[in-house]
Amino acid sequence: MARTISYREAVNEALRQEMERDGSVIIMGEDNAGGAGSPGEDDAWGGVLGVTKGLQQRFPGRVLDTPISESAFVGAAVGAATRGLRPVAELMFIDFMGVCFDQIFNQAAKFRYMFGGKAVTPVVVRTMYGAGLNAAAQHSQCLYPLFTHIPGLKVVLPSSPYEAKGLLIQAIRDNDPVIFCEHKALYDMTGEVPEDSYTIPFGEADVVRDGDDVTIVALGRMVSVAEEAAAELARQDVQAEIIDPRTTSPLDRDTILESVENTGRLVVVDEATPRCGMAADISALVAQEAFGALRAPIEMVTAPHTPVPFAQPLEQLYIPDTQKVANAVKKTLDWKK
Amino acid sequence: MTDPVSTEDTITKVTMPKWGLSMKSGKITSWFVAEGDEVAEGDELADIDTDKITGVLESPVPGVVRRVLAETNEDAPVGATIALIAPADVPEELIDEAARAAREELDSGAVDEVAGPALGTVRVDGRTLSYATLGTAAETVLLIHGYGGDKNSWLFVQEPLSARATVHAIDLPGHGDSTKDVGDGSLDTLAGAVAGFLDQQGIERVHVVGHSLGGAVATAAAAREPGRIASLTLVAPAGYGDQINADYLRGFARASSRRELKPHLTQLFADPGHVTRQLADDLMKYKRLDGVQQALDSLLGTLLNGDRPGIDAAGLLREFTGPVRVVWGRADQVLPAANAAALEGRAQIAYVDNAGHMVHMEQPSAVVDAVAGTLDG
Amino acid sequence: MTPTQPAKATSGLDQKALLEAYRTMRTIREFEERLHLEFATGEIPGFVHLYAGEEASATAVCAHLDERDSIASTHRGHGHCIAKGVDVKEMMAEIYGRVTGSCRGKGGSMHIADLSKGMLGANGIVGGGPPLICGTALAAKHQGTGGVGVAFFGDGASNQGTTLEALNLASVWNLPAIFVAENNGYAEATAATWSVACDNIADRAVGFGMPGVIVDGFDFFAVYEAAGEAIERAREGGGPTLIEVKFTRYYGHFEGDQQTYRADEVARARASLDCLKQFRERVTASGRLDTAALDGVDGEVAGLIEAAVAEAKQAPVPTAHDLTTDVYVTY
Repeated sequence: MARTISYREAVNEALRQEMERDGSVIIMGEDNAGGAGSPGEDDAWGGVLGVTKGLQQRFPGRVLDTPISESAFVGAAVGAATRGLRPVAELMFIDFMGVCFDQIFNQAAKFRYMFGGKAVTPVVVRTMYGAGLNAAAQHSQCLYPLFTHIPGLKVVLPSSPYEAKGLLIQAIRDNDPVIFCEHKALYDMTGEVPEDSYTIPFGEADVVRDGDDVTIVALGRMVSVAEEAAAELARQDVQAEIIDPRTTSPLDRDTILESVENTGRLVVVDEATPRCGMAADISALVAQEAFGALRAPIEMVTAPHTPVPFAQPLEQLYIPDTQKVANAVKKTLDWKK
Repeated sequence: MTDPVSTEDTITKVTMPKWGLSMKSGKITSWFVAEGDEVAEGDELADIDTDKITGVLESPVPGVVRRVLAETNEDAPVGATIALIAPADVPEELIDEAARAAREELDSGAVDEVAGPALGTVRVDGRTLSYATLGTAAETVLLIHGYGGDKNSWLFVQEPLSARATVHAIDLPGHGDSTKDVGDGSLDTLAGAVAGFLDQQGIERVHVVGHSLGGAVATAAAAREPGRIASLTLVAPAGYGDQINADYLRGFARASSRRELKPHLTQLFADPGHVTRQLADDLMKYKRLDGVQQALDSLLGTLLNGDRPGIDAAGLLREFTGPVRVVWGRADQVLPAANAAALEGRAQIAYVDNAGHMVHMEQPSAVVDAVAGTLDG
Repeated sequence: MTPTQPAKATSGLDQKALLEAYRTMRTIREFEERLHLEFATGEIPGFVHLYAGEEASATAVCAHLDERDSIASTHRGHGHCIAKGVDVKEMMAEIYGRVTGSCRGKGGSMHIADLSKGMLGANGIVGGGPPLICGTALAAKHQGTGGVGVAFFGDGASNQGTTLEALNLASVWNLPAIFVAENNGYAEATAATWSVACDNIADRAVGFGMPGVIVDGFDFFAVYEAAGEAIERAREGGGPTLIEVKFTRYYGHFEGDQQTYRADEVARARASLDCLKQFRERVTASGRLDTAALDGVDGEVAGLIEAAVAEAKQAPVPTAHDLTTDVYVTY
């Protein structure tokens, strides 16, 4: 039975149901319970934004608080995954990848290939990304392109509560290392989510909206921005098709290409910075594989090539918005040789 | 009727129906009537688009269409008044007054929530069975969906029938909100679940309506307890005749993405336009639930014997002597209407034009009429 | 932190165990000496880092381990692999880049692994292993197997943040983990006496709330006893230990290293401290084994390594198909 819950609750429910189903699932991270060793309440926080709240009481001994020591505990999650556990490590902010990246990209990502196909490393790294909370340059980045660049990692960007639950359950059951990126500004987003457990396969894009005039590929939080833009465009008789890839690795190339072959126009909307990012990657894919179908140059709507600013007006300028998406769509429609 | 008070009572508000649990609003895609037209009860008034499917709204009363309030392509909340029907002699002033109130309600969106079916669950053989009930009349009707369907597939049938019966729609094991484990997946197990539901509800006498696999389940239930089943209405039932579209069934079971699923779904309808993105999305959401794939695979083993039908419902029907009606879409591509020949002489058969396998969604009035005919005796 | 007493005799090991330990050490030595020669011919691709001189460490620690236990290794990993039971012929084939290798020719010397034997791989990243071992130790603890995780790392890695974080986490979580710091005197060409800011790596154990011991890495029995105590404590829930094993590597950082930074310590070590030499003296002096038995092992090992090299040279190389396989378990 589907009921309406938040993105935060959807993540929590996925963790809870998988921990119930499979005793080898453990979670670890800074203040995942919270209050370890302190005189007050145990399970004081449930993660810095309360995502893992309540799990410690339900699963004693399986929610591990850690020192602020990302290399050690992310590495521990990777090591434990090689020995029969299915750990879910929380890298609080994706920006902290700098202090543990080796364990992810040189260790976890490489084991399968480097050891000749004999390693299985079912580890999930949950991490928060994205701007919108005035958290400034070191707590707001969209660094998933860096992970997407690494063969051996799977990279997931849920855009709604439904995707968050199904993709996280898939991530936990998946036998490869998965970087699960949660947009911090989506935690309060609500939507219909089945109570039962379910999985959404990786590498299968969601066609969020059908349309024949232009294809908008949007990632993570940008899916709802694209939906708002599409609703506005529909009032002007422009029908946009919106594609949410859901995973950047693997990437559902076919759905994107089929859509562009139908519409002839592509706008990619990504909150990440533009260089070597998903917008550039998807644009290159379409330019290479569907060049003949294009009726206008591809448009990329991304953040500028700057760090994320702090002040509210600057941050608002930084994040792609509905107007920028609508303008980009119109540009593809108005284009003439 | 000249008394102004009583004439006010004779104005019938045609409201946006609630077809299914999740329906919150509907869009009138076309009106078949105009102001001033005379209509009989059951005449088609409009096509209404829910986010799942397009259905036909029928007139609840005879009379004259005095006002059409919701415009074509307008979204109206469930329960909102979208037209007024009244006898020709009801004065214009009263109609105007009612129309103004209705229009205000529509514009403000402040429409009273319409109670949908009441949801419930029972435990049978260790499984949870989910059901939805609408109506409170003395007679009881039980609706049993087909393979891969659920209680919501009766959305156009349950509501009209609820005026004259207590109508339960259940989710078979492996479907909807019921436990996904189907055990051995046999017809006997499914019929046992139905019997268990009737026991738990204390239902001693029931008119059973079954679609496709649900038709075979209904037959098996009738064979088990002939005295309990007042009548059978079989909608494109499985287990009759020797034709079955095994490719469809396997394709449906195996499809793992919306893109794979959609071409199979078009085989369910005479008009493939019925396969909306929402219908396909909802089915994919169902198929992704834990346990559903195993359930579908197991039931596929019941439905098929190689490429041939795996169920013999016709044999089971010999145990049942009560009235049987059959409704079959002429354009059925899953269980072709030719299968109905196996029921000639035993059942009253209605062949329905412009309907595929999902007769109850595509031409629901045909199913409603059959069940109503049975209720009328 | 107290230096352990030198082991007096043969640690109470029976003949079979002593012979097995000797065979392992001799296999590592033979493997590495042969690689030294073969590498010079130019037939072996890539980087090769030899463990010769350090055999007692891997052998004595792994002598306490079984299938419940896991180890993480370093770029100088051949000895750890052999001691944990990785197939020697497959290792040689891997180093030659053959499809019959431990990693189907996709890893090479620096990435030989056999997860089925609890060998988490040699590791090209200095300090890459200790965090992983926190995880394998956590898994053993969670599963209640009584297993331990052992991280071998060098004096270079002892300065890496990953190692220091892992030591802290292992202590905070009270993990059945053993950290074996193999101090061979040099991180690449930089002396440990210069790069390690305290006198001994084991001194750092105090800062992480765990026991730290220093052992003579040329003395198999000293390492055996220190490791035995630490592993037993870990199996019983007593938490982690840091063991510093001090010795000298016989070759350069990598094959081809001219070692212009070194003095004559290798010649002196080979002459008087060598772990195999000491082991032979101890077991024959105690009357546990005779020279003939040890020589017999030498002969068998020489044959094994000869066969391993011959087979590796004959084995097929990977094909284009192998280029893109095994990036993921599922795609």
